[in-house]
Amino acid sequence: MRTLIILTVALSLGFQNQPLPADEQLDVQTIVNKANLVAYYQGDDGKAKVKMVITDKNGNKRQREFVILRKDVKDGGDQKYFVYFHRPADVRRMTYMVHKHNRLDKDDDRWLYMPALDLVKRIAASDKRTSFVGSDFLYEDVSGRSLEEDTHELLETTEQYYVIKNVPKKPETVEFNYFTVAIDRNTFVPMKMEFYDKQNELYRIIESKNVEKIQGFYTVVKSEVRDLKKQSKTEMEFTNIQYNINLNDRIFTERYLRRPPREALR
Amino acid sequence: MKSAEKVARLLLMAGLAIAPFPAETATAKDADRSPSLRLPPIETHGFYEMRAGYRTRKDKFAKDMSIMENRLQIDLYSYLDWGDIRVKGDVYGDLVEEQGDFDLREANVFLRPFDFMDLKIGRQILTWGTGDLIFINDLFPKDWQSFFIGRDDEYLKAPSDAVKVSLFGDWANLDIVYTPQFDPDRHIDGTRLSYWSSPSASLAGNNAIVHTDRPDRWFTDDEIALRLYKNINNYETALYAYHGFWKSPAGQNAPMNQAQFPDLNVYGASLRGAAGPGIANIEVGYYDSTDDTSGKNNLVNNSEMRYLLGYTQEIGRDFTMGLQYYLEQMLDFHAYKRTLTSGPARDHYRHLTTIRLTKLLMNQNLRLSLFTYYSPSDKDAHLRPNIHYKLNDNLSWELGANIFFGDYPHTFFGQFTNNDNIYTALRYSF
Repeated sequence: MRTLIILTVALSLGFQNQPLPADEQLDVQTIVNKANLVAYYQGDDGKAKVKMVITDKNGNKRQREFVILRKDVKDGGDQKYFVYFHRPADVRRMTYMVHKHNRLDKDDDRWLYMPALDLVKRIAASDKRTSFVGSDFLYEDVSGRSLEEDTHELLETTEQYYVIKNVPKKPETVEFNYFTVAIDRNTFVPMKMEFYDKQNELYRIIESKNVEKIQGFYTVVKSEVRDLKKQSKTEMEFTNIQYNINLNDRIFTERYLRRPPREALR
Repeated sequence: MKSAEKVARLLLMAGLAIAPFPAETATAKDADRSPSLRLPPIETHGFYEMRAGYRTRKDKFAKDMSIMENRLQIDLYSYLDWGDIRVKGDVYGDLVEEQGDFDLREANVFLRPFDFMDLKIGRQILTWGTGDLIFINDLFPKDWQSFFIGRDDEYLKAPSDAVKVSLFGDWANLDIVYTPQFDPDRHIDGTRLSYWSSPSASLAGNNAIVHTDRPDRWFTDDEIALRLYKNINNYETALYAYHGFWKSPAGQNAPMNQAQFPDLNVYGASLRGAAGPGIANIEVGYYDSTDDTSGKNNLVNNSEMRYLLGYTQEIGRDFTMGLQYYLEQMLDFHAYKRTLTSGPARDHYRHLTTIRLTKLLMNQNLRLSLFTYYSPSDKDAHLRPNIHYKLNDNLSWELGANIFFGDYPHTFFGQFTNNDNIYTALRYSF
């Protein structure tokens, strides 16, 4: 999930222990590569319990609770995700598995297991910009958007942030015209993403609200997305975060989809 | 059925009896703890549902109400160091059959005794194969009655009392499901739906409840189902074998006026994986009707070949379409034709197509879906429109219908044309 990405968002004030020398200028590709690794690829694998609160424009709230397991096939490349739902009650015990492919011409492989039917369903979804579990986060926010999809331009370097403008190479495949991301200069955690629509109006903001250093990895433990058009927002909180827990490759197979690993239950 | 339920309950009780022991060892040093605190933690969930449905046309063989029930499902689950225990059952009161009932859906113990083995013992829901509401190599029991009267999709699968052994290897994986006493489908028998009665060559319903001669000898009238499968670069391949019985009546004991479940062996294969922008699947099965190998016995189903081709694709935002083409080929068709004494003949080939359209709206809280079966050879169709809305995290509302079309009263969907129904349901999940 984007949760993991956001999970690794950097923290800004106060925790900058080793500011970079002012004269060191990183090129934009290096910055986005580093931020991508920090946001989505910390450690070789990881686990977190995720709580989402979705608030619509009328103030109605809905909750999601799940455990997510991640394993990197290759740093900055393919990954495997396993999601076990705890809440709400109607999706409880469902498991969702993704084999994410970094290649642009290859769709991710996704499965859903429905325990009441003992059914392993293969999900035919090629659009990565659809809502993740009905929240304001999109599938791509959670699994990571390939750096290859956009061109990157360093707009400015402030005291705290590198501000980068990302323009899609195939604008017809997405709903935005471009987005900017403010990356913490110290931790390389993406702190704020702002999406502009086809009329160049800001309509969507993702923010890292809280970043902690866990096992030496900067991790976003609280993030929030606001959809200015729908006037809705989703807050996401991570707990029980662990890295490098030696997840076996076998976990990301049908065996564990049908009967989730112990790691996913709590 | 009754005895199977007993066995499941016994298994469950045995499981629960063993359960406290690991906890006891763990807390043995803690002398202060009273024994009552050593029970394993039990997760309790479920739902309460009210569901009502009416027929949209008169049927002289059935009530106007198609469904009218209150249902409480309780799902108990506990996991311990040595395994998991699950018990899930429904209590429901039903005004159509004017009775209350208990349906034990699951009562099983799951164990992972070795790195390479999983075991699930007891009452369980079982599914495999690649079809969407078409089953070739999935010979686990279905509840066709629930499916057509508008119960939740969950109830299409009836439970099995079985042992499932799963073996995992580098080369391939093997599932073995042994059912010591034959578990038939909950088939159409006239109590809730009118149907084509071939003995009387007419439509019938609650005036002619189907009586069956179910093979029920333990360890003799048993079933075994195998699946050998392997994932090759996310192309899921599988081989299947089944030894047992036709799951719904497929034969007649004419003198006794009883429907029968003749012997059946099935051998099949399937493949599923990404193709273009969607997911494709293909599945075949050879139905070997061993009580009638020559096809000359007109009271027993002939052997068949069954083929399925499917493709699912996202065609818009939160909008998916699934298409399937399915073919049943009767083997020994000429022998069947020659020996048929009365009634309309089946076709040599039965062609069936399906379309599934699913659209999610309002933050995926509203789901509009339509599943359609259409057979160009039988000239019949079945439509399943459904609207499902999640009012909040606990409460959902549903409105749907089962609509049948048919040019002939004896085809699979055509026989149900008097059973059109519309239903609505409110469910509180916890």
